[in-house]
Amino acid sequence: MASMVWSTALAWPGTRFDPMLLRHLLLILALVLTTKAQAQTPPDPMAQRVQACTLCHGQEGRATPGGFFPRIAGKPADYLYHQLLHFRDGRRSNEGMRYLLDHLSDDYLRAIAQHFAALDLPYPPPLPPQGDAATLARGEALVRRGDPARQLPACTACHGATMTGVLPAVPGLLGLPRDYLIAQLGAWQTGLRQAFAPDCMAHVAQRMSGADIAAVASWLAAQPLPASTHPAPPASAPLPLRCGFTPLLPGGVQ
Amino acid sequence: MSARSPRRPLRWMAGVFIAGLALLAAVLVLELRAPALPPATEAPSTDAALLTRGAELARAGNCMACHTARGGAPYAGGRRIATPFGDLYAGNLTPDAETGLGTWSAEAFRRALHEGRSRDGRLLYPAFPYTHFTRLSDGDVDALWAHLRSLPPVRQPNTAHALRFPYGTQPALALWRMMFFGPGRFQPDAAQSAEWNRGAYLVNGAAHCAACHGTRNAWGATSDAFGGERLPGGRWYAPSLHDPRQAGVQVWPAERVLALLRDGTVPGASVAGPMAEVVFHGTQHLPEADLRAMATYLQALPVRPSEPPAHESADLSVLDAGGRLYRQHCADCHGAQGEGRMGAYPPLAGNRVVTMDDPTNALQAILSGGFAPATPGHPQPYGMPPFRTLLQDAEIAAVASYLRQSWGHRASRVTSLEVQRVR
Repeated sequence: MASMVWSTALAWPGTRFDPMLLRHLLLILALVLTTKAQAQTPPDPMAQRVQACTLCHGQEGRATPGGFFPRIAGKPADYLYHQLLHFRDGRRSNEGMRYLLDHLSDDYLRAIAQHFAALDLPYPPPLPPQGDAATLARGEALVRRGDPARQLPACTACHGATMTGVLPAVPGLLGLPRDYLIAQLGAWQTGLRQAFAPDCMAHVAQRMSGADIAAVASWLAAQPLPASTHPAPPASAPLPLRCGFTPLLPGGVQ
Repeated sequence: MSARSPRRPLRWMAGVFIAGLALLAAVLVLELRAPALPPATEAPSTDAALLTRGAELARAGNCMACHTARGGAPYAGGRRIATPFGDLYAGNLTPDAETGLGTWSAEAFRRALHEGRSRDGRLLYPAFPYTHFTRLSDGDVDALWAHLRSLPPVRQPNTAHALRFPYGTQPALALWRMMFFGPGRFQPDAAQSAEWNRGAYLVNGAAHCAACHGTRNAWGATSDAFGGERLPGGRWYAPSLHDPRQAGVQVWPAERVLALLRDGTVPGASVAGPMAEVVFHGTQHLPEADLRAMATYLQALPVRPSEPPAHESADLSVLDAGGRLYRQHCADCHGAQGEGRMGAYPPLAGNRVVTMDDPTNALQAILSGGFAPATPGHPQPYGMPPFRTLLQDAEIAAVASYLRQSWGHRASRVTSLEVQRVR
């Protein structure tokens, strides 16, 4: 290519304007510029900083199929930030998470949450459904309609009609392993997982039976993602339950 | 020689023994009997300078770290302190009248810090480091008291200690104190500079560095103030401050010592684990002059290299496996030659954590990963991934052995058993 450029260039004086020459010069310019830009842009420093997270949660926040490390990529930023605070401050208990977050500031935790929230990555197809048809039907009914007789709201009432979460702080429910969903609802029943007061999910989980939890988790884990996987914009209608979305102030004051 | 004479020394010895026992009993009884002090009558201080000094001293002593349960109200107590003698639960220091220090007077607080006695006269366990706080000046104790009284009162009843018999009894504590505790304020050394004296006062008083870095005897008392010690539970090792091959800073520039205490990191070294807690909640908040004084004192500690154990080489096959694992999991960040990357990943070649005789902290770094503390000087630290779930004990032993015997390192190998102990 270099010899072609030279021969064209040598033909420049005395000849008429050669469109090939301009194309080649532009090509070289573009090549030089992109190479330079690559050398100047280091790998995303935030992605480098949070390798402590991605070893378990998957590169760029993808979960291992069937594993206990949930996907964190693309979840609402406030939701992720609150979970980091909960792990650090003991409202969620996981020794590994606590240890990692113990000496990190609120500001840095917010930056980490924003990094993962901004990732836009495809979802793998769901795993084949576990459980019989009756269980799955019961799961779908609870997710979509709840059980008014037991004052159990539908999951979709808060987590969005397409279950991809609602900004700024309600997480999506799809793309998570069944075991993970069961473990979370169970932890809410026993108080091992908590959120800011009033802890609406604790109220919900405590009204669910073991069979309810298994049904809901089985159905959710088997659902494919809709075309738009992003969380819905903030809800205009009030939520069916009062939920605490604000961190406690120092001294335990809300 | 008469037949009776051999019995005379026996009788004499028995007499001395009984007299000794009686004396011991008398001292014990005296130790155990101290008056309860009357409730506070004075109003809390509003002197701004005093309150600032008290807040700084509380930071230097990192009182909050032990006296705050995870996610709990600051200073309201409840955190479990594991010791080889059983578990203790830190008390509520907020001025709540029923469950905290609301009825304590300045005199009672001073007696607690200087003599290790509660307001009601009971002896306190030395997990509350009054063996160090006894060195604090009256003025500083009053400042600390003013600070604690300025906190919002939190009603949170104390949790009873769970020490094994006989350690939980007052006579056992009295005996321990007779052997290992002598009250007394800090005495400046006229031969040293004012800065050194300030550093000595902070390091040995409020900051109570020897509580972790001091070697302890079988009774849990400090036998060598900065000789290094494994922390209870065995999952961390507080390195010797006398030994430049461990955490001694004698040959560091003073600025580097100061920066490590302020920022939690300097090129080539970061704090981790319990020391990260000290920096995050404590030293990063201290005035620079105090950090400089502490650095001056620590740098002047006599150099006393610890005796290395007999060198044990790892098998070549283990080193091979360790090298493969290193290239697979570690070299992308720490470099093929352990050179690290400035500002992001610490070098492992020449790193003291890697080559220290006790491999506990290196193993903990591989198993648990972690971030250096986030401080204004280092607000977004790079995190090391925890390899606990990815690598087996034997693999971690191999990679640790490889690190300890590569790039000119001459440290002993690590076995799977040691990894299991730390895991």
